[in-house]
Amino acid sequence: MIDRRRWLSGLAAAAMGALLAGCDKLTMNPVVQQGLAMAEGLTRRAQRLVVDRKALAQEFSPAEISPDFRANGSTAPGDPEYRALVEAGFADWKLVVDGLVERPLSLSLAELRAQPARTQITRHDCVEGWSAIGQWSGARLGPLLDRAGLKESARYIVFHCADTLDPNAPAALGRYYESIDLIDAYHPQSILAYDMNGAPLAVKHGAPLRLRVERQLGYKHAKYVMRIEAVADLAGIGGGKGGFWEDRGYEWYAGI
Amino acid sequence: MPPPRTFVRRHGLTTRLTHWINAAALLVLLLSGLQIFNAHPALYWGDVSTFARPWVAMVAAERGGEAVGITKLGPAMFETTGVLGFSGNEVRGFPSWATLPSYRSLADGRRWHFAFAWLFVVNGLVYLGAGLIGGHFRRDLLPGRDQLAPRHLLREIVDHARLRFAKGEAARRYNALQKLAYLAVIFVLLPMMVLTGLSMSPGMNAGFPWLPELFGGRQSARTLHFISASLIVLFAVVHLAMVLLSGPVNGLRSMITGKFAIREDAR
Repeated sequence: MIDRRRWLSGLAAAAMGALLAGCDKLTMNPVVQQGLAMAEGLTRRAQRLVVDRKALAQEFSPAEISPDFRANGSTAPGDPEYRALVEAGFADWKLVVDGLVERPLSLSLAELRAQPARTQITRHDCVEGWSAIGQWSGARLGPLLDRAGLKESARYIVFHCADTLDPNAPAALGRYYESIDLIDAYHPQSILAYDMNGAPLAVKHGAPLRLRVERQLGYKHAKYVMRIEAVADLAGIGGGKGGFWEDRGYEWYAGI
Repeated sequence: MPPPRTFVRRHGLTTRLTHWINAAALLVLLLSGLQIFNAHPALYWGDVSTFARPWVAMVAAERGGEAVGITKLGPAMFETTGVLGFSGNEVRGFPSWATLPSYRSLADGRRWHFAFAWLFVVNGLVYLGAGLIGGHFRRDLLPGRDQLAPRHLLREIVDHARLRFAKGEAARRYNALQKLAYLAVIFVLLPMMVLTGLSMSPGMNAGFPWLPELFGGRQSARTLHFISASLIVLFAVVHLAMVLLSGPVNGLRSMITGKFAIREDAR
């Protein structure tokens, strides 16, 4: 009787193990991955269909600001160039806007602060599942791009960052970067934030400049932005998927 | 001689097809959902995460040089080593046998979850559409007036507790408890999953800000997503137990071929 019970539970464990291994194998199969990834395009199209292009993300009152806003990803980049910028209080820092633009720009923080600006209190939703509310002030991305003058062929805006998040990867893959399309780039709440909760951005939150693209998950909100590049195609940048996390299997469209 | 039995047509083709697609989709959604949950195994109420005060949290702690899993539920704490908080020599909310994939990968969990969410929604809409047009809900799921009488309900509860199942004529229709359970799942729990799920989408929030507010904020929606999923698991366990106890061959056959056997003599 005991033998039979042991035999049965052994059999159940073996079946369970085989099932788990089978599921993992399926997950790693490129055809399965491709099939599952089709949902992303479907979700993007469906959301763009039912949500107006200019619809604003929910805004909150000052009383609702989270006292414990968490910082994820890089929180203290060790990249020597970035360390030097921090030590100098970002005095020599410049934002480069180039790529498929008529008039490439190089802007200091003071010049950015003189740009058309917006302040918004929004909820930041991390892909991990947590949320926090913060107030952000920054230069609106749309007018900035208009100032540089996008060429006809520009389709995406790429944000190149100062931080290496994966030191074990080759430089082009280890450095953080992100990208959005022109619908999100010209959304009124898309800003390059230099202030958080009324004070200059802290290093852990992406000083001196981070992207806010409020209708998408946290990893799209690139921190430590150094350069904005207008491109026609995402291939050839980093791993070719449009972002640091996208190169590691996360969705490029992070609206859910 | 075995008692004579007749076959009745129990489930329509749409019901059978959508039932199995739904079962498969829900299984994938559950396992990939637990993978996603493991990326931040804590739950909150309201718009935001009050990190210091989750109402549910699965954490690992050290005790006497050994790692233990702890599950916090409100003010209570339980040791759950091997299952919740710490299992398989790893800090993780739910154990590897409960997640898809078994190894830690939020990216893969999300891929499975959103692909099967689409399948689940499309399948559910087909079922709802067919049920409304074909009269399945009115005919098969709406409890009869006689079934809702308190005395009848009480007797059904007693019958269920004694595992005494309907035979003969009475087995031609679902009993009242069964109907109420199915209606609750179809019209409350499953729609709750979709609505609380969409409430967590920052993209949808912009177009429908009332959606997360309906549930008390995004983190409340995440909590209710978890609770509704737990209730569906509870339903599935009872459902499977009832199938096993009431005659698994007949039950399974009826959900595959549509034919359900009724023993005529056993009134």
